[in-house]
Amino acid sequence: MKSTLDHAALAEEFNKDEERVDWHDGALWWIRQKRDRSAHQTPQWEELREAASAIKSNVISNLHDYLIQFEENLKKNGVKVYWASDAEEHNQIVYSILKAKEIKQMVKSKSMLTEECHLNEFLEERGIEVINSDLGEYIQQIDNEPPSHIVLPCIHKRKEEIGELFHEHLGTEKGLSDPTLLTRVARKHLRNVFLTRRAALTGVNFAVAETGEYVVCTNEGNADMGAHLSEVQIASMGLEKIIPERKHLGVFLRLLARSAIGQPITIYSSHYKKPRPGQEMHLILVDKGRSNLLARPDFRESLKCIKCGGCMNTCPVYRKSGGLSYHNTISGPIGAILAPNLDMKQHADLPFASTLCGSCSNVCPVKIPIHDQLYKWRQEIVKQGYSASRKTFSMKAMALTLSSPEIYKTAGKTGRWLLNNAPFAINNKFNPWYKQRDMPDSSQQSFGEWYAKNGSKK
Amino acid sequence: MSTRENILAAVKKNQPALSALPDISVFKVHEEDVVKKYSDVFAGIGGLLVSAGSLENVKDLIRKDFDQNKRILTTLPDLTDVAELSDPDADPHTLEDVELAIIEAHLGVAENGAVWLTEDVMGHRVLPYITQHLAVIVREESIVSTMHDAYSKIASEDYGFGGFIGGPSKTADIEQALVLGAHGPLSMTVYLIK
Ligand code: SF4
Repeated sequence: MKSTLDHAALAEEFNKDEERVDWHDGALWWIRQKRDRSAHQTPQWEELREAASAIKSNVISNLHDYLIQFEENLKKNGVKVYWASDAEEHNQIVYSILKAKEIKQMVKSKSMLTEECHLNEFLEERGIEVINSDLGEYIQQIDNEPPSHIVLPCIHKRKEEIGELFHEHLGTEKGLSDPTLLTRVARKHLRNVFLTRRAALTGVNFAVAETGEYVVCTNEGNADMGAHLSEVQIASMGLEKIIPERKHLGVFLRLLARSAIGQPITIYSSHYKKPRPGQEMHLILVDKGRSNLLARPDFRESLKCIKCGGCMNTCPVYRKSGGLSYHNTISGPIGAILAPNLDMKQHADLPFASTLCGSCSNVCPVKIPIHDQLYKWRQEIVKQGYSASRKTFSMKAMALTLSSPEIYKTAGKTGRWLLNNAPFAINNKFNPWYKQRDMPDSSQQSFGEWYAKNGSKK
Repeated sequence: MSTRENILAAVKKNQPALSALPDISVFKVHEEDVVKKYSDVFAGIGGLLVSAGSLENVKDLIRKDFDQNKRILTTLPDLTDVAELSDPDADPHTLEDVELAIIEAHLGVAENGAVWLTEDVMGHRVLPYITQHLAVIVREESIVSTMHDAYSKIASEDYGFGGFIGGPSKTADIEQALVLGAHGPLSMTVYLIK
C-alpha cells in the first residue's frame, strides 16, 4: 500500500473531487468548532493544557525510571512484559504469544502503533486473521486502505461508498447508505467476532507508572468487548505513553475527548490492571524510534502527543488534502513531525505540507509547538539534501520571511490581502495547495474564518 | 545486551535533565449543585436520567420501562424482585443475551456525566459493555464535581479492572452521523437515589 507519490501529488489527486474536498473540509471544521465550545466551557482550560504539558515534560525527563517502575508494577499485577525495539520485533512477540496458544484469529481495537508496525499483514502471512473492531478502522480494513485520521479513520469516505463496501462484504442491500442501518449491520457482525475470538489486542492511551495499570479510551466499547471476552489479552504501547501517577489521569482524561471531538469524556475510559482469573495479559513496550527522538532537543516534545487528532481537524492543509495524502499511518501536522524522525528521506515532503499558520499548536492539549517543529524539520531536511527543488524554493522564501520579523509582518499582511483580493496570486504553481482550485469557494469560508480569527492575532 | 537493556540505556542517555511535576491541586471547581450539573450533562450526552429517590422506586421503574420477559441481570441483591442475580462463576460469553444490566456505581462525575465502576460492582467485567441496555444506580451524595475529585476519591484503591462509563456506546464513523449503540449498550439510564 506504500505510495511512491509525495504529499503534494497525492493531495492533487484528492483535490480532483471538489465535492468531497468541501465535505471533508467542512466536517473537520465542524469538529474543530465543537472542540472550541467544549474548551470554552471548561474552567481553567489553559491551565489544564499547561499542566498536561508539564507532566509530559517530566515524563520525558524521567522516562528511564518510570519505565522500570511501570514494568515492576505490571509484573506484580500478573501481567507479562515484553520489550521491542522495532516493528519486526513487536510483531514477532505478538505472533509467538498467539502461536503458544494455537490461536488463529484475533480481534483488535484501535492502535496506531500496530498500524505503523503493519501487524495485520505480518500475522496474515503467518495464517492468523486479524479483524479491526473500531467501526472506522473496520471499514478501512475491508477497503484495504490505512486509516486517514487517527481518531476518525474513514472521515474521507462518503456513506454511499461505505454502503457499497458493506454490500460487497456483509451482504447488505445494494444502495443502502443510512448510517444507523449500516452501523446496526456492523454491530451484529462484530459482536459475533468478539464472542468467537480467543485473543484481543488493544492500544494504550495512558500507562500509569505508579500502579502498573493502563487506560484505553473508546466511544464504541470495542476494546472492552474484545478484552473481556478473550483468554489472551495483549496491549501494545509506545514508550511515551507513560504517566507518573494515577491522579494525573484526571488532567489527561479531561483534555483528551474535549480536544478530539468536543465531548466531555470518551464514553469508555477503561483501567486495565490485572488479568481475570484464567486469563493471560501481555504488554509490549515498543521503542520504534522513540529513544532516538529523545536525543533530538528540537523535536523531542512531539513525544508528548496524546493522539487526540485536534491538530488534524484544524489544519487547513489536512482538511483540504485528506489523511491518505500523507502516506504515513499518522497523518496531519503531528504525523509530519513524527515521520521524519523515523525516515527523513522517505518523509522529506511532509514538513512542507503546512502553511505554518500555527493553528495546530494553538489547539494541542499538551502544547507541542507543532508548527515550530515543522519549520525546524524543513531546515534539517534541506540541510541533509532531501528536499525537492520546488519545495526548497518555497522553503527558502519561507526561511527568509520568518527570519526577519519585519518582512514577516509585511508578508503576513500581504498574504492576507492577497488571499482576500487576489486569490489567483496565491493560486500559482509555487503553491501546491491551490493547484486544483481557481478560486476559493464555499470550502474556503472556513479557512477564511480561521484566517480572520487567527491571522489578526499575529 | 537484551532489547530491554538496549532501550533503557538509550532512554537514559538521551533523556533531558529532570523537569519537575506541576502542582495539580490547583484544579478546584466549586459547583453549586453537583446533582443538577450531573443531571444536565448526562442528559446532554445522550443518557437517560431518572430521579428515582429510592431503590424501591427503581424496581417500579424497571418493571415499567423494560420487558420482564427478557433477560435482566443485576449485581444488587436488593433488586432480585425484578432481575436475576449475576452469577460470578458464569462464563462471560453467556451474557450475550442480557437485555438489561443493573449495577451500582461508586461515584458519578458532574463535569462529564460519567460513572466509575470497578469489577466488584460489575459482577463480570464484560457485563456493562455487552448488555443491550445499561442501568446504573448513582447515589446523589457520591457525585463529585470533576475528574480530579473522582481520582482523589479513588485514591490508591486496588482493583483488577475499573472504568468510567459516560453514556451509551456510540460511533460517528459514518459521515459523522451520531449513532447510539455501536457494539455495546444502545441506551444508558442513570437512576439517582438519595
Ligand atoms: S500533536 Fe497535540 S493536537 Fe495533535 S494529535 Fe497530538 S496531542 Fe493532539
